[in-house]
Amino acid sequence: MAVIQDVHGHTHDHPTGIMRWLTTTNHKDIGTLYLCFSLAMLFVGGFLAMGIRAELFMPGIQILEPEVFNSFTTLHGLIMVFGAVMPAWVGFANWQIPLMIGAPDMAFARLNNWSFWLLPIAALLLITSFFVPGGAAAGGWTFYPPLSTQGGIGTDMMLFAIHIFGMSSIMGSINIITTILNMRAPGMTLMKMPMFVWSWLITAYLLVLVMPVLAGAVTMVITDRNFGTSFFNAAGGGDPVMFQHIFWFFGHPEVYIMILPAFGVISEVIATFSRKPLFGYTSMVYAIAAIALLSCFVWAHHMFTVGMPVTGQLFFMYATMLIAVPTGVKVFNWTATMWRGSMTFETPMLFAIGFIVLFVIGGFSGVVCAIVPVDVQVQDTYYVIAHFHYVLVSGALFALFAGAYYWLPKWTGHMYSETLGKWHFWLSMIFFNVAFFVQHFLGLAGMPRRIPDYALQFADFNMISSIGAFGFGLTQLLFVYIVIKCVRGGEKAADKTWEGATTLEWTHLPSPAPYHSFETPPVVK
Amino acid sequence: MSQGTGYYVPSPSKWPIIGSTALLFMAFGVVGTVNKIPLGYGVLITGLVILAYLLYGWFREVALESEAGKYKAQEDKSFRWSMGWFIFSEVMFFASFFGALFYMRVLSVPELADAEHELLWPDFAGGWPTAGPGFDEKFTPMGAWGIPAINTALLLTSGVTLTLAHWALKKNDRGALKLWLLATIALGITFLGFQIYEYGHAYADLNLKMTSGAYGSTFFMLTGFHGFHVTVGTIMLIATFFRCLNGHFTPERHFGFEGVAWYWHFVDVVWLGLFIFVYLL
Repeated sequence: MAVIQDVHGHTHDHPTGIMRWLTTTNHKDIGTLYLCFSLAMLFVGGFLAMGIRAELFMPGIQILEPEVFNSFTTLHGLIMVFGAVMPAWVGFANWQIPLMIGAPDMAFARLNNWSFWLLPIAALLLITSFFVPGGAAAGGWTFYPPLSTQGGIGTDMMLFAIHIFGMSSIMGSINIITTILNMRAPGMTLMKMPMFVWSWLITAYLLVLVMPVLAGAVTMVITDRNFGTSFFNAAGGGDPVMFQHIFWFFGHPEVYIMILPAFGVISEVIATFSRKPLFGYTSMVYAIAAIALLSCFVWAHHMFTVGMPVTGQLFFMYATMLIAVPTGVKVFNWTATMWRGSMTFETPMLFAIGFIVLFVIGGFSGVVCAIVPVDVQVQDTYYVIAHFHYVLVSGALFALFAGAYYWLPKWTGHMYSETLGKWHFWLSMIFFNVAFFVQHFLGLAGMPRRIPDYALQFADFNMISSIGAFGFGLTQLLFVYIVIKCVRGGEKAADKTWEGATTLEWTHLPSPAPYHSFETPPVVK
Repeated sequence: MSQGTGYYVPSPSKWPIIGSTALLFMAFGVVGTVNKIPLGYGVLITGLVILAYLLYGWFREVALESEAGKYKAQEDKSFRWSMGWFIFSEVMFFASFFGALFYMRVLSVPELADAEHELLWPDFAGGWPTAGPGFDEKFTPMGAWGIPAINTALLLTSGVTLTLAHWALKKNDRGALKLWLLATIALGITFLGFQIYEYGHAYADLNLKMTSGAYGSTFFMLTGFHGFHVTVGTIMLIATFFRCLNGHFTPERHFGFEGVAWYWHFVDVVWLGLFIFVYLL
């Protein structure tokens, strides 16, 4: 995709064609690669989701054998988390952080390239694992032992894929930390950084904290499977529950790794389209830091039903609920930013407001799940599915759309089609709720997750949910069309596309941003 | 190539994609190998060869760029931040294995021996070291005061010799620098030799294997990963030694040396944790 126009003629000594993309050290090229990859993975994961919903359209086994259904749910989760959402955020980080802090590039340009080019290999391992004897891993994206210590070759491929995704994330996050700490333009103190940059700084710290722990868990599963160790084998003195502790020590911060950059984007978008500075900037920074810190002490709320002392349940219940406080600060501040602002409702703003409304629903159902006696009822039901799709789809994904529409004019130099963008938003909004809201009821009525068949009384809601999911999936093709259309042409975007924007990429750079920007750093007052 | 006056942004580079190719071969190779698929070894070894070429080539390029004066104070700071956070990520990796060890010793092994499990494992008394209730093979745990104590002394000494090398570098005493660096490398290699001997002793005489339940798993995984890190550190020291022979580093600017030293000290500290929690207690 020729997203980047070279307006300064800097590319004369650069490779062209495929070699440009394989060898590039340019943060904008790499950001584009990340974003294209994650969009492709969104559709691979989406295809699996469509398969799941097609199977669940009616009771009984229709199109997927139970084993294949299980591998669909497993790979859907892994591909969406590690292939779609995380790389998309790193793509945004690559494009935006140097532009927003006035840096010429990322601190380690070659390492940056490697962080990206590891991802297709991990994706290849995951996708080809469907075609090996025994099929893809089918023990759920959380790969709990003993299921994950028993699966076939596809499970090994999944485990090594996670290792490679993890390597990529660790290298990427070290690069981002270094860039933010060391490459800011003169005058840009930490507390003058745009919220998106702050959110990524804290996210990157979470990544270096927890990704190596996941690597440890994956390694233990690999050696339990293949080299006869007994980490998760009770006969040898180990414990499968220990895996869950180690996994969720990674897994819970992981959900904040996917949502904190979303908070950053929403903060930028809401302020811009309200034409007001972000309300309570300092408290926003501290709120993100508080969420990140608390997220490291709540992991066992994913495992209330595996058996733990009441003291433990109480601690993890209250710690989890405590996260609602800094999250509430953020929602309050976004609302207060809009309060009496000169608001307009372009597509990024629509997605941002949709984000706030739906993310709050997901947040509330999260507080519901945190209550131990309730959680015992809804554990592993569709209520949990509904909860985390509200925070990850209408949370992370909607924020990704908001950010994409917000910055596409800066990246491509063209305006996207506002009409089609609004269609994209409203169709997504409606179909998303059709697909997932009813799953709350299914879960409360007792429908378990990860099962290809269900009792007859769940039939109507499942049909509604599937129709919503198909609609949501189809709607995303519209997004691809809008992006391609925007890249290829369209109305010329102004340098400062949005009236209320204040960050450096809008105030100091033309649209599209030149291939090399801020080689001489701007001075921030 | 960045034309600006500021931060060094390298030209397009072939190294990352070579690294990805290495990982591609290694990943499919290791999956094949552990599943006993013919070709697996071949693919894995191909990947490792490419990886070796990558490490040599990429680090060589960075070292030459450094010697060519392309890195100034700001780049130097980037290297410091990133090496620090890389080591932190390594700390967290080891933390997961130490966590597993503590979890087993404090929680899962005692639970398997408690009243609730009496029907399932009536003869299991718990305690540490143990191979767990389901394995009958007996093993002897590794004692702390033989080779492990010597190894502790070796690694601690190597930390001192490395610091002496650093002081010599700062005083521009190149002879002493090379001498102390060589001593550090020798201590590292001796450590590894003892470690290999210890593994042989464990398998041959103590019947202590990776398959010896909780104790065997944690013993071999923790000491094994540490040994792997010592190996990597020794290779880094050897590379640093050759850089010294070629006249690299100045008394003022030598982060290539310091980064390796940080890593080596980190490996030392991990060993102290191992000596206390794996061997001694």
